Amino acid sequence: MDGTRRGFFRAALTLAGGAAGAAAGSPAQGQDHQAVPSDLTLRVKSLESLLVEKGLVDRAALDALVDMFEHQVGPRNGARVVAKAWIDPAYKQRLLADPDHAIAELGYGGQQGEHMVVVENTANVHNMIVCTLCSCYPWPVLGLPPVWYKSAPYRSRSVIDPRGVLREFGLELSDEVEVRVWDSTSDLRYLVLPERPAGTEGLSEDALARLVTRDSMVGVGKVVPSMEGVTR
Amino acid sequence: MNGVHDMGGMQGFGPIRPEKSEPVFHARWEGRVHAIWSALGTWRKWNGDFGRQTREFLPPAEYLSLNYHQVRYAQVIELLAGSGMITRAEIDNGRPAQGRQKAVPPLTAGKVAAWFANGNPKRREVAVAPTFQAGQRVRARNINPPTHTRLPRYARGKLGIIEHDHGVFVFPDSNAQGLGEKPQHVYSVRFAARKLWGEQARPKDTVIVAMWDDYLETV
Repeated sequence: MDGTRRGFFRAALTLAGGAAGAAAGSPAQGQDHQAVPSDLTLRVKSLESLLVEKGLVDRAALDALVDMFEHQVGPRNGARVVAKAWIDPAYKQRLLADPDHAIAELGYGGQQGEHMVVVENTANVHNMIVCTLCSCYPWPVLGLPPVWYKSAPYRSRSVIDPRGVLREFGLELSDEVEVRVWDSTSDLRYLVLPERPAGTEGLSEDALARLVTRDSMVGVGKVVPSMEGVTR
Repeated sequence: MNGVHDMGGMQGFGPIRPEKSEPVFHARWEGRVHAIWSALGTWRKWNGDFGRQTREFLPPAEYLSLNYHQVRYAQVIELLAGSGMITRAEIDNGRPAQGRQKAVPPLTAGKVAAWFANGNPKRREVAVAPTFQAGQRVRARNINPPTHTRLPRYARGKLGIIEHDHGVFVFPDSNAQGLGEKPQHVYSVRFAARKLWGEQARPKDTVIVAMWDDYLETV
């Protein structure tokens, strides 16, 4: 790395200085969202205006991008994939064997979901997903990752202490279960196919989809019949 | 690069703190930064691996003290200045330098849906022979490049087993340096947790790391 590059960083960080100060109370990256620095609000506004004036970005495109990330993608998409796999054995086979095409059958795919791997949780195997190096996450089916997924505690501990991590999410697994941690180090993106809970035999595909949580598709939770909705 | 971004196996960061009913963005500026970063990528002035490297080059203490979107902001400024798309003076003044012609952004609102749907595939349909086969025992190389790599420290030098060959992909280590895509096979490599962490790990547990050919050697 050359000195110039370091210099750029100092410059960028000086600009983000107000932000660094505001976050100083939280040692772990991404933990402190309460103290949003007004300084960064202004700086980002200023940057956006500059880029629009220079013709480097289109403001309406930024609006559409924010709408995409807030409303078009999210765990509801993944929940539909899971519910279909639960009720349609042929679809489940396609999903595990050729996830990109199977997920595309439901209309999902694209950025950060180009190369999918679907891993199935069973009574004997529990899969969980992490990106120890940053924040890789399957956007088309799960949306953008939550703060905890990108945080230092999750990234550091998932590989060395997965059972301790799962315990914090309320999941205690017996030693008989193999815990498989998938580290998203490449351009492959992972989706966990959670176990279908007992007692849901009579439920429709839509009703099943409402049971599937984001956490169960990252592998830090199980689907339980009483938990309605994709809130976590 | 042996940076603090390579967190797998580090200790002392404390408990995980999930937030109930978490919004996608916690403040308007976070969404705008994420959108600006996405839109600027369509100029193709840098590739994604170079983009990641810019984050990893942040000084360690700063990286740990900034939240995710603050890091993104710092990265965007670096990429803009480093690529010459804007100057330091323009950032400071918040106004374009005089006499510069206005550009036409490649990504307009009407193209956002297609931009998302098309994605940015990294698989390459080129005939490259795999070096390893499923079931084969391998060792992750002990490499320590001062530049971008996706071989995490905790796996280096460790023995694993090739579980699956996913085909040919762009190699991030060379791509981030502007040295070409050097397409090669990516494998799921399974490591016994005890090979990585010793006796404290449960005997059945495993960690699966995706690895390119150049990260592996035969044993």
